[in-house]
Amino acid sequence: MSKEKLISRYNAAERINHWIVAVCFMLLAISGLAFFYPAFFWLTGVFGTPQLARIIHPFVGVLMFLGFFRQFFRYWHHNLFNKEDIKWMLSVKQVLSGHEVGDTGKYNGGQKGMFWLMSGCLLVLICTGVIIWRPYFAYYFPIDLIRVALLLHAWSALVLIAGIVVHVYAAIWVRGTIRAMVEGVVTHAWAKKHHPRWYREVTGDKNKP
Amino acid sequence: MSLQSQDILRRSASPTQPPIAREHKAEVAKLIDVSTCIGCKACQVACSEWNDLRDEVGNNVGVYDNPADLSAESWTVMRYSETEQNGKLEWLIRKDGCMHCADPGCLKACPSPGAIIQYANGIVDFQSEHCIGCGYCISGCPFNVPRINQKDNKAYKCTLCSDRVSVGQEPACVKTCPTGAIRFGSKEDMKEYAQERVDELKTRGYANAGLYDPQGVGGTHVMYVLHHADQPELYHGLKKDPQISPVVSLWKGILKPLSTIGLAASLLFGFFHYIGVGPNKAEDEEEEDKV
Repeated sequence: MSKEKLISRYNAAERINHWIVAVCFMLLAISGLAFFYPAFFWLTGVFGTPQLARIIHPFVGVLMFLGFFRQFFRYWHHNLFNKEDIKWMLSVKQVLSGHEVGDTGKYNGGQKGMFWLMSGCLLVLICTGVIIWRPYFAYYFPIDLIRVALLLHAWSALVLIAGIVVHVYAAIWVRGTIRAMVEGVVTHAWAKKHHPRWYREVTGDKNKP
Repeated sequence: MSLQSQDILRRSASPTQPPIAREHKAEVAKLIDVSTCIGCKACQVACSEWNDLRDEVGNNVGVYDNPADLSAESWTVMRYSETEQNGKLEWLIRKDGCMHCADPGCLKACPSPGAIIQYANGIVDFQSEHCIGCGYCISGCPFNVPRINQKDNKAYKCTLCSDRVSVGQEPACVKTCPTGAIRFGSKEDMKEYAQERVDELKTRGYANAGLYDPQGVGGTHVMYVLHHADQPELYHGLKKDPQISPVVSLWKGILKPLSTIGLAASLLFGFFHYIGVGPNKAEDEEEEDKV
């Protein structure tokens, strides 16, 4: 291959931030699924013992929330929906066959949807997580609220896990994407194909393809 | 391995049948006749003595209730309620503690395999070494019974003296009750005896006397004879129709298959999409753009 032309997409701080959140998520999803599915209870072993998993899970949750909180303020303004995103979402079938639709900016409609889904889930998870957190906080809340919090915590966690499956798959499927979050760069071709408006913004290229 | 009973009807967080070969045991029940209880608290003392519990002595909070609430080291407490019925003051005294539900909410909610078991005789018992201290049992219980001990973060409650019962003895509270207000035997016998008591109470003017064996939790293995069975709330808020909260049933019920389908669908979609469509490469188009 000849010399690639590269564009910076995520700086080191953004990448470290992302991977802290990602590692927290993995630990939380594994231990959380263990608490949810009896047949997967052995996954509590990710933290050593079941009791340790019960103790450590919420602290990792707080760390993930803080990490995501930082990400939220890095990216929220890139994730406001516009007309092009609607076009993208309406043509999602075509997108899934590998043909991009619309003049996509830094993020496409699917990514923006995922951003708000994750933000919503994280907010529900931290709030309900505090309410059900024993032995520290649960004592301060009425039992009916704790029950609802337990249900919502499980439900939003499962939605988030399904969302992350899509998030990870999309990164694997769209070649050159993982590199953006590992090395911080993408190729011109990648940017031009998947995020044409963003490509023009960062390169100063005036020509719409 | 502890001594085995091999008569385990249900075991928390266990999808397969626990050892059940010796299930041929009569369902037992403790019958608490509220109308003959004098509130002496001998049962509280007997409970602490047999189970070797030493709760803090605590303070008088202005009423007879002492300890004021159940705790990890007080598995039964007397609840005193004053009420006016038929123009007369009544002092209702109820011995509170685990009801040993036939459909135990604690066991349903518990995520730790084997931390809560239900024996064939109906006793619901916590196996503390498996308890992880999450408190899910507290949310599952319709009677607000389990308590987490701050010393070890394990949940505790009345065992119905499962150790005594397993060797043919009655629970300690039953043994000690000076008025015979607490009885123990097969559930069938206890229902029969309760009926006698109810009939007698009716002749004494308690037209609504009755047995408390709530069917919303499949019946209980601790039952009350109440003079006002139509108003169990009079007895320190005893619930009229206790049930496992529908929220807990959703969480431990339909949410599981739904989420399994959802997660499996997202994984399978990803897998087969990749197999079907292949990777989404931008480099093919790069060829034309090369400078």
